[in-house]
Amino acid sequence: MKLFRFRGGVHPESHKEETGDKAIEVLPLPARLYVPVQQHIGAPAEPEVQIGDKVLKGRLLAHSQGAISAPIHAPSSGTILDITEHTAPHPSGLGVRTIVIETDGNDSWADGLKTINPFELDTDEISARVGAAGIVGLGGATFPSAVKLNLGKKYPISTLIINGGECEPYLSCDDRLMRERSDEIIDGIRIMLHALKAKQALIAIEDNKPDAIEVMKVAAKLYSNIKVVVVPSRYPMGSEKQMVQTLTGLEIPAGKLSADLGVIVHNVGTAFAVRTALRQGRPLVSRIVTVGGGAISSPRNLEVPLGTLVSEVFDYCGGFDQEPARILMGGPMMGQLLPHTNVPIVKGSSGVIALTQKEVAIHQTQPCIRCGSCITACPCGLLPLEMAARAKKGELQGAVEYGLMDCISCGSCSYVCPSHIPLVQYFNYAKGELAARRRHKQKAEETRKLAEIRMQRLEMEERAKQEAAERRKAEREAKKKLQEAASA
Amino acid sequence: MIIAIMSLSLLGLGLGVMLGLAGRYLKVEQDPVVIEIEAMLPGSQCGQCGFPGCAPAAEALAAGTAAVTLCPPGGRLLAGELAAKLGVTADFSGMTDDEPSLAAVLESTCIGCTRCFKVCPTDAIMGAPKQIHTVFKEACTGCKACVEVCPTECLQMHPIKVTLGTWIWPKPALAA
Repeated sequence: MKLFRFRGGVHPESHKEETGDKAIEVLPLPARLYVPVQQHIGAPAEPEVQIGDKVLKGRLLAHSQGAISAPIHAPSSGTILDITEHTAPHPSGLGVRTIVIETDGNDSWADGLKTINPFELDTDEISARVGAAGIVGLGGATFPSAVKLNLGKKYPISTLIINGGECEPYLSCDDRLMRERSDEIIDGIRIMLHALKAKQALIAIEDNKPDAIEVMKVAAKLYSNIKVVVVPSRYPMGSEKQMVQTLTGLEIPAGKLSADLGVIVHNVGTAFAVRTALRQGRPLVSRIVTVGGGAISSPRNLEVPLGTLVSEVFDYCGGFDQEPARILMGGPMMGQLLPHTNVPIVKGSSGVIALTQKEVAIHQTQPCIRCGSCITACPCGLLPLEMAARAKKGELQGAVEYGLMDCISCGSCSYVCPSHIPLVQYFNYAKGELAARRRHKQKAEETRKLAEIRMQRLEMEERAKQEAAERRKAEREAKKKLQEAASA
Repeated sequence: MIIAIMSLSLLGLGLGVMLGLAGRYLKVEQDPVVIEIEAMLPGSQCGQCGFPGCAPAAEALAAGTAAVTLCPPGGRLLAGELAAKLGVTADFSGMTDDEPSLAAVLESTCIGCTRCFKVCPTDAIMGAPKQIHTVFKEACTGCKACVEVCPTECLQMHPIKVTLGTWIWPKPALAA
């Protein structure tokens, strides 16, 4: 198959060999699970259990709210200990509503949905089941998968791309999943193809995972509409836009979806979760997590129940060899900085990485020498140095004119910058600030509307009062006249 | 029949011309700049600027008799926009954005006097005589009008809590 090249990109050291060759282990059930109600993009789920309730594994804990949201299920059986604020796996260190479960050790499943042959179901039913199972994009973006499966009704979808790129250094969870559970992934892909009514599926795997490529090729052999495509290892290959461009040669236009090009991208982990939901009627309650980084004494891949604390995962892997300088959830390029390890594993946690001082390599920021390295590295064809200069001066509109909204925050520019300018950090700041301004403006508009409605109401009340006064006056006069007429 | 049609159309034509002329010659002139500025202001008529509402404030701004920093709810952001619009340079350093906060009723001391919801510019307070009042957080603009009229000080301003949805990355520290 002819491949196309996306511009820019970088080649960070992969560090995948430390975990890639070790089989997935199941983490022993922790005593307590901290399950946040917000593990996805969209509205947080609303708890529907109470403190003291006994729950079985897979029981619905919190239902989804609104079109873009996802429900949360019990990762194991036990008792609801508390529904409280607990630190979220997020750089802000803020709390999020969290359901705390004391596990009973039985890990016994609740009765799942009755399963029937998924190929007899229509698109609506499949995406409803995927939605009810709480499945979100497991590559890390955590966008509700049901919404994406439903796009087949709105757009004609020709190709389903299964993203096995896993371009982030250190991470090998998708690699291991493909090597160990290839048949299930292929089954999930077939179900997704059926739901999307798409013609073909392309499983894209970077060439640094030869074993996964081999295994997936064997598993896909039976199906003529599923093909494994080997793509070059180059960060950010696993980004949706870059993946679509590599396979189809088409660039997703600014502000559009891949579906506009007739392409939908799902992660391999998502395909596996879809299969589990449809074939076994079981919701998403655990995921494969890469535990890595130079500070971990024995890095590996673990299957972890959602809600397990990061500290327990680290402890199982032998704790730290040396003091970690930075702890990340996700990969080192785009991962979220964690405030501490007392935060839970969530649906989007592809890995937890503890990096040493040497690996982090913090350098003093120097002035920009306008070398253009960031322009060469930017996979979106933007001018990071110009955008950053504007964001630094607070000229956010100027940064937007240079394409800030098309930036995918991949961090390639910061990675190559010889002056160690925190370029992507400037973009993240600018995007957040713009979003805050948008919220501010929206609120101002709502205020204006409310004030206008109040004015109208006050006027109406005033008018009603006047009319009533006039009516009473008229009545009084009529009465007077009547009395005068009677006395006369 | 024809006479009726003719007379009606003549009447319509005549009245239309008169209306058109009236619209042209008797128009109340309003400065378009004032209209634009008024559209930029929050429009809640809260009166914190010292003017009786946003329209008089806009007029004063256009006339140059008021500073662009006059609107506390608009904050620095609005002051910057106004300065750009009016082509003036303003000193925002004295203007500190108050920590955004919302009013809330302390239910143990509310006596149900109804004063607060009568002054609320956005109808964000609900209540009835001798019933505990309550503030709709979504509609509150934090203008503090209710705080001033509350006889029992049960209305107090509480800072808006930052959540995962509203938290943003701080600006990276400037290069050395």
